[in-house]
Amino acid sequence: MSTQQPAPTRSPATNRIGYEQNVYKGATSTLCAGCGHDSITAQLVRALWECNVDPYGIAKMSGIGCSSKTTAYFASLSHGFNGVHGRAAAIATGSFVANRKLLHVAVSGDGDTASIGLGNFLHMVRRNVPIVYVIENNGVYGLTKGQFSATADKGSTLKDGLRNDLEPVDCCALAIEMGCEYVARSFSGDVKQLVALLKGAIAHRGTAVIDVVSPCVTFNNHEGSTKSLKFAREHEEPLHEIGFVPYYEEIRVDYEPGTVQEIILHDGSRLVLKKLGNDYDPTSREAALVLLEQARREKHFITGLIYRAPEPSPAFDEQLELVETPLAHLPDEFLRPNPEVVEQLNQLWR
Amino acid sequence: MDDHLGLSSQQQATLPVGAIAEERNVPRVNDLVICVATSNGTGSISANLVLARSILQMGVPIGTKNLFPSNIQGLPTWFTIRVNEQGWVANRRDVDLFVAMNRESVFEDLAGLRPGTLVVLNAELADALQRDDLIVYTVPFTQLVGDVCPEPKLRRLVVNMIYVGVVAVVLGIELEEVEAAIEKQFAQKPKAIELNKSAARAGAQWAREHIPPQDFVRIERRNLTTNKIFVEGNTASAAGLMFGGIQVFAWYPITPSSSLAEALTDLMATWRRDPVTGKATYAIIQAEDELAAMGMVVGAGWAGARAATATSGPGISLMAELAGLSYFTEIPAVIIDVQRVGPSTGLPTRTSQGDMLKAYHLSHGDCKHVLLIPANPKEAFEFSMTALDLAQRLQTLVFVMSDLDLGMNYWLSDPLEPPTQPLDRGKVLTAEELDQITEFARYRDVDGDAIPYRTLPGTRHPRAPFFTQGAGHDDRAKRSEKPEDWAGNLERLARKHETARTLVPESLVELATKPTRVGVIAYGTSDLPTREALARLATAHEWHADYLRLRALPATAKTVEFIEQHDRVYLVEQNRDAQVAAILRAEHPHIASRIRSILHFNGQPLDAATVIEQLLTLEESEEEQP
Repeated sequence: MSTQQPAPTRSPATNRIGYEQNVYKGATSTLCAGCGHDSITAQLVRALWECNVDPYGIAKMSGIGCSSKTTAYFASLSHGFNGVHGRAAAIATGSFVANRKLLHVAVSGDGDTASIGLGNFLHMVRRNVPIVYVIENNGVYGLTKGQFSATADKGSTLKDGLRNDLEPVDCCALAIEMGCEYVARSFSGDVKQLVALLKGAIAHRGTAVIDVVSPCVTFNNHEGSTKSLKFAREHEEPLHEIGFVPYYEEIRVDYEPGTVQEIILHDGSRLVLKKLGNDYDPTSREAALVLLEQARREKHFITGLIYRAPEPSPAFDEQLELVETPLAHLPDEFLRPNPEVVEQLNQLWR
Repeated sequence: MDDHLGLSSQQQATLPVGAIAEERNVPRVNDLVICVATSNGTGSISANLVLARSILQMGVPIGTKNLFPSNIQGLPTWFTIRVNEQGWVANRRDVDLFVAMNRESVFEDLAGLRPGTLVVLNAELADALQRDDLIVYTVPFTQLVGDVCPEPKLRRLVVNMIYVGVVAVVLGIELEEVEAAIEKQFAQKPKAIELNKSAARAGAQWAREHIPPQDFVRIERRNLTTNKIFVEGNTASAAGLMFGGIQVFAWYPITPSSSLAEALTDLMATWRRDPVTGKATYAIIQAEDELAAMGMVVGAGWAGARAATATSGPGISLMAELAGLSYFTEIPAVIIDVQRVGPSTGLPTRTSQGDMLKAYHLSHGDCKHVLLIPANPKEAFEFSMTALDLAQRLQTLVFVMSDLDLGMNYWLSDPLEPPTQPLDRGKVLTAEELDQITEFARYRDVDGDAIPYRTLPGTRHPRAPFFTQGAGHDDRAKRSEKPEDWAGNLERLARKHETARTLVPESLVELATKPTRVGVIAYGTSDLPTREALARLATAHEWHADYLRLRALPATAKTVEFIEQHDRVYLVEQNRDAQVAAILRAEHPHIASRIRSILHFNGQPLDAATVIEQLLTLEESEEEQP
């Protein structure tokens, strides 16, 4: 007979729905050591965990490229779809309307989003499809070994000295133009800001675009690159310090009144922006576009929440007036009209 | 008729039609072709459908072909109604009654008519008449329409109903049926009914007073259309999708498939809203391009929805990469390809079976898809349902190969029948089922039919998730570049295609009345003119052949046996390169040498005369050889 108590063990932290952070991890990354994308994946894991997302209820969507591989590296209890180059936006749109209860997270690169899939990306934004759409932006085609992408800055050079003379595509500005209601930019090395922006995106109902500059350590991390680690660190200009407060938590008291702006998200949670220097108001579309234009001219790399609509518009499933149950789960009786309808159609066509 | 049928005068001279047709001076009952030439955008389609319906309502079978330009307003358009009480209502090249309303085409139209053709000629075009071997009724349409239609704006529309009245009197169509057809045609616009009726009456009145009775061709009441429906193939396809339980339909506008999407939008709004909440049990998305449309279909299929798109040749070219993704990642998807003439922009408003080979192998690498080939509206309806089921069952892309002729023309068809089987959901494992097995391997052939099991995103079970990727993978869906994994997967997919061979709609065989060593095969809209050709060859030439209608690819065992059992088999196709023959020869080399091709690819719907002409020529050369 034993009366011994079991030795006290330190139980790992769990989120509100009882899962450890580990549950949100995925396969081991096969990207280059030090790749900015891995850092983004790590913040995504944290954000999903902290937002208490059902680990079985995520649809991980991606196209083709280094960034697209990362959907294998998080949320291994959920299905992932590494589709076709440039089509993640379209594939995710189809998947979302089939099952709108899944949290759709798309990870794409600048090749996927700004070049081959630009049209599909913009139309996804126009439709306001509820998706957390992360652009892992390194200004270069890594997987095909270092060609310019459409987001490469004018004047930046490749390893072999080739110079880009074209204006870059600014995915954030385009997203705002297309009516996106949650637009942010960050830097893969800025762990604190990125996790807050991701959590805000997860809580947002509608398309949320986060453009994350993610230096390519192999092909775009040299002196002539404007998306290198060094350049990003030196030119980053954060708009605010950002905190994310789920709807069931109190606002932390350390934010000084007068320097704090709260943004209420659809589920009642809040993004708390602590202003640093400037008085930027992220709820103005005009101001957001001016800010991006200024940053482009001054070669500054603005990070933070660039735009969030004060009043959210109906998301795609609401526009389509979809039934509550995900379409994919509807039983036969909802999918097939009564046999008498066949006779009614025959009558109509006689 | 020559020009609008796209025939050169040389081709015309060699037509055997005249040889087979009866003598012109014998009155013919319920066997004639009416052709109306108007310019598009004048609203003549309503009048032409009224004319067609009034004949149908007299119990006489008809077929219609609307030959229209790729244009919105002002270019010539021809609407042809073939009346035939044997049911041979496919395209026929010559015309018995021609209605000339269009200035732009009238000179060529009249020049191309056969001597003795009846012509209803708009008096304003009288100057175009430069021959005296036609029987011409010159009708003062402008004056007549002025009398019945005080509103000048509407005259352009209403004038068309006047020729309906004239034609009715000339051919013996009952005016009561014309009026009933007007009521049906304008059921949604009651105000238009009276105006159009008085226009038809005015035309009839004028004809009775001015046109002497003719005894060349007549329409007489029969009882041959009871229960039949009169519908466009695209509308029937859309109804099939609705009854097939479609949940996501994504499309991009393209002639000739747009009307399918529009018909579906109307049908679903009426029949597929939740009766309690009024909410939609489906999503119809007009995409930004065909790439996106197909992307949405594949995404929806992955998430567990029954999803489809409709498009035409240029669309499938754009969908090619995603077609391969569907095939290789084994995601159910359906494409309805309403074929038109290609390559390139081609002839967007003309019909073709030119996408067969491309669709069968659509995408890069080794890729083979399942093709269902409807020949009439009833099958367009059924095969839409079958395609959605088969896509789920086989976890792959399934095509329905329709064409412009079927999709955009009104066809007399047997009525639709309600589905008898429940929706096939395919091999989908639920969380409960996953509990009962020790391992789930997404791409493993567990049942020996090469069809693996899948799970849907959101399934709450730790064994459910897998990573879908177009990149090489092993049977557990893990990324793999191992030679044995790649080859093994491709071999299994080939075996799955063999399973498909046993599940697709079976071919239909019609044996000749006399034993024969010759076979004929047709598919899709070639069916009706080919059967007509065989019937005429049997009566007029004592030439007999067994007939098989191919309804799907891969070809079933029965199809292959049919070819094996005949010394030679003529395969009728509406394309230049004998595309289905190429597929059959490649997959079944032992029968390759038995296949001969009859090919038609000028954009016109196939007609029996073309089949007869080519068959007789080919048969002659067979006889010359030892």
